[in-house]
Amino acid sequence: MHIWAWGIMLDVHAISVAYGDLQALWEVSLRVQEGEIVVLIGPNGAGKTTLMRAVAGLQPPFRGRILIDGWEAQGQPPHRIVERGVVLVPEGRRLFPGMTVLENLEMGAYGRNPRRLREATLRRVYEIFPVLHERRDQAAGTLSGGQQQMLAIGRALMSLPRLLLLDEPSLGLAPLVVRDIFEVLRQVNAQGVAVLLAEQNAQMALELAQRAYILEQGRVAAEGAAQDMLQADHVRKAYLGQVSPIVEASK
Amino acid sequence: MLLTLRGVSKSFGGVHAVRNVDLQVEAGEIVGLIGPNGSGKTTLFNVVTGFYTPDAGTVVFDGQDITGAGPAQVCHLGIARTFQLVRPFLHLTALQNVAVARAYGREPAKSKRQAEEEAVEILDFIGFQGRSRVLARSLTLVDRKRLELGRALAARPALLLLDELLAGLNPSEVLAGLDLIRRTRDRGITVIMVEHLVQAVFAVSDRVIVMSAGEKIADGAPAAVASDQRVIDAYLGVGHHA
Amino acid sequence: MNLEPVVQNLVFGLFVGGLYGIAAVGLSLVFGVMKVLNVAHGSLVMLGGYATYWAFTSYGIDPFLALAITAPLLFLLGLALNLGLFRFVTRLPEDDKIKNSLLISFGLTLVFENLAIRLWTADERAVQTSYSGEGFTVADIVFPYTRMSGLVVALAAILILHVFLTRTYTGKAIRATSQDWEAASLMGIDVQRTYVLAFALGTALAGVAGALVAVGYTVTPAIGLAWTLKALVVVVLAGMGSIMGAFGAGILLGEAEALSVYAFGASYREVVGLVLFILVLLVRPQGLFGRR
Repeated sequence: MHIWAWGIMLDVHAISVAYGDLQALWEVSLRVQEGEIVVLIGPNGAGKTTLMRAVAGLQPPFRGRILIDGWEAQGQPPHRIVERGVVLVPEGRRLFPGMTVLENLEMGAYGRNPRRLREATLRRVYEIFPVLHERRDQAAGTLSGGQQQMLAIGRALMSLPRLLLLDEPSLGLAPLVVRDIFEVLRQVNAQGVAVLLAEQNAQMALELAQRAYILEQGRVAAEGAAQDMLQADHVRKAYLGQVSPIVEASK
Repeated sequence: MLLTLRGVSKSFGGVHAVRNVDLQVEAGEIVGLIGPNGSGKTTLFNVVTGFYTPDAGTVVFDGQDITGAGPAQVCHLGIARTFQLVRPFLHLTALQNVAVARAYGREPAKSKRQAEEEAVEILDFIGFQGRSRVLARSLTLVDRKRLELGRALAARPALLLLDELLAGLNPSEVLAGLDLIRRTRDRGITVIMVEHLVQAVFAVSDRVIVMSAGEKIADGAPAAVASDQRVIDAYLGVGHHA
Repeated sequence: MNLEPVVQNLVFGLFVGGLYGIAAVGLSLVFGVMKVLNVAHGSLVMLGGYATYWAFTSYGIDPFLALAITAPLLFLLGLALNLGLFRFVTRLPEDDKIKNSLLISFGLTLVFENLAIRLWTADERAVQTSYSGEGFTVADIVFPYTRMSGLVVALAAILILHVFLTRTYTGKAIRATSQDWEAASLMGIDVQRTYVLAFALGTALAGVAGALVAVGYTVTPAIGLAWTLKALVVVVLAGMGSIMGAFGAGILLGEAEALSVYAFGASYREVVGLVLFILVLLVRPQGLFGRR
């Protein structure tokens, strides 16, 4: 790799996002370099999903910038952002329930370039998730939760991303399935795809990632190497304890 | 030597943010400081500008030991800096923002009138001709960044530390920013820049210093640094140590 | 018991049901994909009818051959309406989208109705071909040529639409957008462009329906709202947004009306649809073919 390729793929610079009068993010900055795995942790409602949606073009910031390889992505529609290789696997998976598994995957390869290469990509996705091949003619809505998450990730891979954004992929899944999903993310990353992962399952996510950001109440509360975060006292207390802060708060 | 760091170390709660760093900057240089996230660049910046007192080592500026001097004194001696998140006074005009800064730092202006006159010159320099009466709140990101540079220049520094001045800018704005940095040096101001945009740093710097895990791992001409195996490992390691 | 009148009514019910179906499919496509309610849909049917009438009387073009002109013409009208009006509505949040689309399309209904009065007067018009009124008879059951052809055209149009939606990339993108437009946009689908296409297709289908109305029945400038209502009843019967279901529900309504005419006389014809409408809303609010 040449030195000129050491680029910042995603440069989120001091963005603020609001839903109507309700501000959800305050001057949040975040970077993802080529090939990196970055994790975004924080409690429910901290703004992780909003940040993901902002980067994907679903919720434009009213201030700040989002640069994808230097290209100003803020205010651009989602399909333009997909063209630049930044693809979101949204919270709740958001499959097309009435379409078959194969049709869902085909939709992932909608862009011009991915469509041209879709047969080869499809083989790769089936290799990663053999179950999707077995169920290719089944309606996506009839898959189990774990399979739906696999399809959601497979569908995103069909668009040949360079940066994969994942919003809570482990939500509602059994621990074993979560482990499989994380293993897939590791594989995908090893092939050069950068990953930005929003997760409540902080332990596993920090073990997977190189760097981490902690989001609290719409602001970046801390950032650093994932290794250091695993050791840091306040992170351990808030996000890695036996009792989750939400459970504790509800007592 | 304008600036000399000898054996500077700084740690936070047992974590070595900067470890035994030696560094020299000559007057008139543009020095680029790069390194992966968390490699200690910002900590080093904060040591030089007096925000942190180092645990060990000395900082000598223009022949004077400034180790442990506070930010105000360091600024008074001729070291100015910009901040990554720019925060101009939003309800003041561009002119007022720079004029206020002219009241501090080295050789502060003696009167409001003098401050404003000199602020006009700085605004011309940073490309604000004819827009000096615009409120800072209505400026775009790139103009706020220019204004941030203008405010730093108003302190009449000998050494200017730029903390990610180019962050958030698009490629054409980055090019304009590099030009402005070169012209700043041409005013006789020495520049040290921390920047994540590696390409930009290599394009403008006379010398590049690379930090990794708190240590200086390379220091030299851009071409030499770019082919240094330790540097390549440090950067590739970012994406590949998993 | 003599079954012949029952069967004859069922046959006519099939013909008119096919027409209801094709009128409703266009409305359902637009609603399902764009989540806007275009109450001017019936007026587009009316315009399709006049386009066919005009092609026949001015140039002597056979109404079925004229489909090759009227459908593309209405497609273009759909493009224009979307780019000029509905484009601004589809960017709004869900609630405003429905409200604003209702206002705009009600306005359009008035505009089109008065435009038609101006261009063609308020008189009833119908296309009288050389084969109108003729037909063949099988076991005393009459099959008029025009209505038979109408049913064939409706079936063909539905078949083409079905193949388009299930076999082509663009068609699948339309379906994906109707199921989850946000997810579709994350696939790289230009949702606004999909809207334009769906609206134009819906308008073209209204044009086809209009041609069949002009051939088998009559056209006046005032039929717009009646056709909208009919199409709307069918769409709700099928389930909002169930595109293919709308055709089936159209046939169902046609048959139900035909049977009621046989049982209670023609004066209760319009009531049947509304009774069905209420029953479905009570018992199966997601529609006969809709998913919950």
